Amino acid sequence: MFQMKFVKDVMKFVSVCDIFKKKIMHETQNGQEKRDGKAGNALKKAVFCKKTRREQKCGRKMSIIHFTFSKEFEYCIFHWEESSMKKFLAMALVLALCLTSVAAMAEVNISIAHIGPTTGPAALYGLATLHGAEIAVEEINAAGEFKINLINEDDEHNVEKAVNAYNAAMDAGAQVILGNTTSKPCEAVSAVAVEERVFMVTPSASSEAVIQGLEAGTYKDNMFQICFTDPNQGLASAEYIVEHELGKKAFVIYNNADVYSIGIRDTFVAKAAELGLEVVGEEVFNDETTDFTVQVAAAQNAGADIVFLPIYYTPASLILQVAAAREYKPIFFGVDGMDGILSIEGFDTSLAEGVMLLTPFVATSEDEKVKSFVEKYQAAYGETPIQFAADAYDGIYTIVAACKAAGVTDGMSAEEVCEALIPVMPTLTVDGITGTMTWDATGAVSKTPMAAVIENGVYVIDAE
Amino acid sequence: MIFLDNLVNGISLGSIYAIIALGYTMVYGIAKMLNFAHGDVIMMGAYIAFCALQYWNMPPLVSLVVAMAACTVMGVVIEGLAYRPLRQAASLAVLITAIGMSYLLQNLALMIWGANPKSFPGSMINIPTISLFGGELKITGATLVTIVANIVIMIALTAFTSKTKTGKAMRCVSEDRGAASLMGINVNQTISITFAIGSALAAVAGILLCSSYPTLQPTTGSMPGIKAFTAAVFGGIGSIPGAMLGGLLLGVIEIFGKAYISTELGDAIVFAVLIIVLLVKPSGLLGKPVREKV
Repeated sequence: MFQMKFVKDVMKFVSVCDIFKKKIMHETQNGQEKRDGKAGNALKKAVFCKKTRREQKCGRKMSIIHFTFSKEFEYCIFHWEESSMKKFLAMALVLALCLTSVAAMAEVNISIAHIGPTTGPAALYGLATLHGAEIAVEEINAAGEFKINLINEDDEHNVEKAVNAYNAAMDAGAQVILGNTTSKPCEAVSAVAVEERVFMVTPSASSEAVIQGLEAGTYKDNMFQICFTDPNQGLASAEYIVEHELGKKAFVIYNNADVYSIGIRDTFVAKAAELGLEVVGEEVFNDETTDFTVQVAAAQNAGADIVFLPIYYTPASLILQVAAAREYKPIFFGVDGMDGILSIEGFDTSLAEGVMLLTPFVATSEDEKVKSFVEKYQAAYGETPIQFAADAYDGIYTIVAACKAAGVTDGMSAEEVCEALIPVMPTLTVDGITGTMTWDATGAVSKTPMAAVIENGVYVIDAE
Repeated sequence: MIFLDNLVNGISLGSIYAIIALGYTMVYGIAKMLNFAHGDVIMMGAYIAFCALQYWNMPPLVSLVVAMAACTVMGVVIEGLAYRPLRQAASLAVLITAIGMSYLLQNLALMIWGANPKSFPGSMINIPTISLFGGELKITGATLVTIVANIVIMIALTAFTSKTKTGKAMRCVSEDRGAASLMGINVNQTISITFAIGSALAAVAGILLCSSYPTLQPTTGSMPGIKAFTAAVFGGIGSIPGAMLGGLLLGVIEIFGKAYISTELGDAIVFAVLIIVLLVKPSGLLGKPVREKV
């Protein structure tokens, strides 16, 4: 922590000097011209005297403009030109780093910044990722070897605020970013981070644009996802439905005003065609829609026995209510956006009975690691963790595993850490609570999807 | 059968628009102002009914009365604080104030109840779904109640404005505010009463809206509000039967457009029909043409 701040101060100092140096060069030229025109000015004489004194002192020719600045700056620039300052600073820096790393011995300090919406409309997700990360950090710090300093910055699920939050996190000395929680802010921050060479792992920003580079077909090398990319959810859903023979005739209801929904729908339909799952029809809606009678009636009239809903839980809850009123009982199959349907206040959860969703994490799992995580989470925050919390927990462990593999040492800059971690990511296999994860160079994760089914108002892992 | 199914769905949606449109048209007809905060009063009414049912465990009818009372007070307060001082101002100023009030109410709801959507309990209207033709056609209890409520409110409002003294005063104010006040009618009080009735209707509309489409969030009132305003204009703004007719037609057109043409173009079709109607009959279906003296 201390040395990071020190390095920052030095960097700031050097850049300030640099700016002044340029300014000086410029002004010196102008000044020279003026002087030539009006020689014999008293003021200039005084300045000249001073200058000579300086020259005598340091034995080197200095430009006159130095004296127009305050005493402190003169001094900085004077030393700068001597070029001894830089060396001295570098040495001091090395010394400081050596001292602190000797003091800390084997423990590697690393600052990770969590950036997510901890207030505002998406606070549910941001708080979940923060809490999940906090539990992982606590465990890792207790185990020794790594000492994580978790910084939290709020992006309010807002693109502009996300970039500010990122800057604030970097000023606070962050070396790696765990974030952002939601896709749009993550796209904005990752575009800055790829330029500034800061390593990012997002727990839950699932859009493809998060990992895509500025040019089509390229990918950001510093950006890795813990959750599935949206299109992969469509693929995995189609595969799961076919593999487990959930239905013969599929119907898709999606939000055509939402890239998330469209992205999943596109790959689902393509994969379904490839696997021989018949898609008997599709209907759309938009963010303002509250009347779903037409969409549900169309599915019912088409005789669909499986309705794929690549949408968020609020419209899904309305669709379920319309279907119940029409006594239409297909299997409803959702993706991660469906997670949360059971926590809508006032919602009759019996309507969601039998709804399936593709999810990497189920809190009721019998897995030892999941159990321990859920227990700790409940003890600390009094609620059952959702998928986002589990993603963030795995995110912290992934960062630590990568640091270990890359041999990250104390006091490396964010850029050094980034360059060290990028090559090791595709070689890693992390066995987390959301599954066993591997990554390719694009930053997309691959892990086995699980499907949960809602039974008696809770998610349980699909028995098959 | 699919046609009938769609027709029922259309009437069900249309009756919701109609009941909101009644509130719009009532206030417009008398106060001659577009109360764009109407949709948000509906949302507030629905939230209050939700609280009464879920948190205070009141029976449905008591919840309805609580919501209506709260909305009436809200309507009168809004009118007194925001619209009355602008009585002499340009109508545009009042319109903008109404939009501001709409945002104020939305953000107030966001502060009080948060952004997470709530699901409106089905226990509010406890009438079973009616199955016709061996279960092929289903009419939900909420739809039946909405249609009945529409008819009752329409008849009651018409009777009120034509028979009672206050109702007659309202019509006077609507025709000529200056002359009405010369005849000894308290204009401010009459307009306050109009807002009180309009807001009480909003509470009823909110409960019916959320019983049919049970999601409740701070923006719940805005889109139905705009659609209902369209319905009111469609039927002839200021006309009480016109609001009902406009609402029902709008709902049926929307559902048919979505079912037979495209769900993507559903809203576009609705507004295209509105434009055509207004081109042919600028005062709306049942509106009275107003001649302007030049």
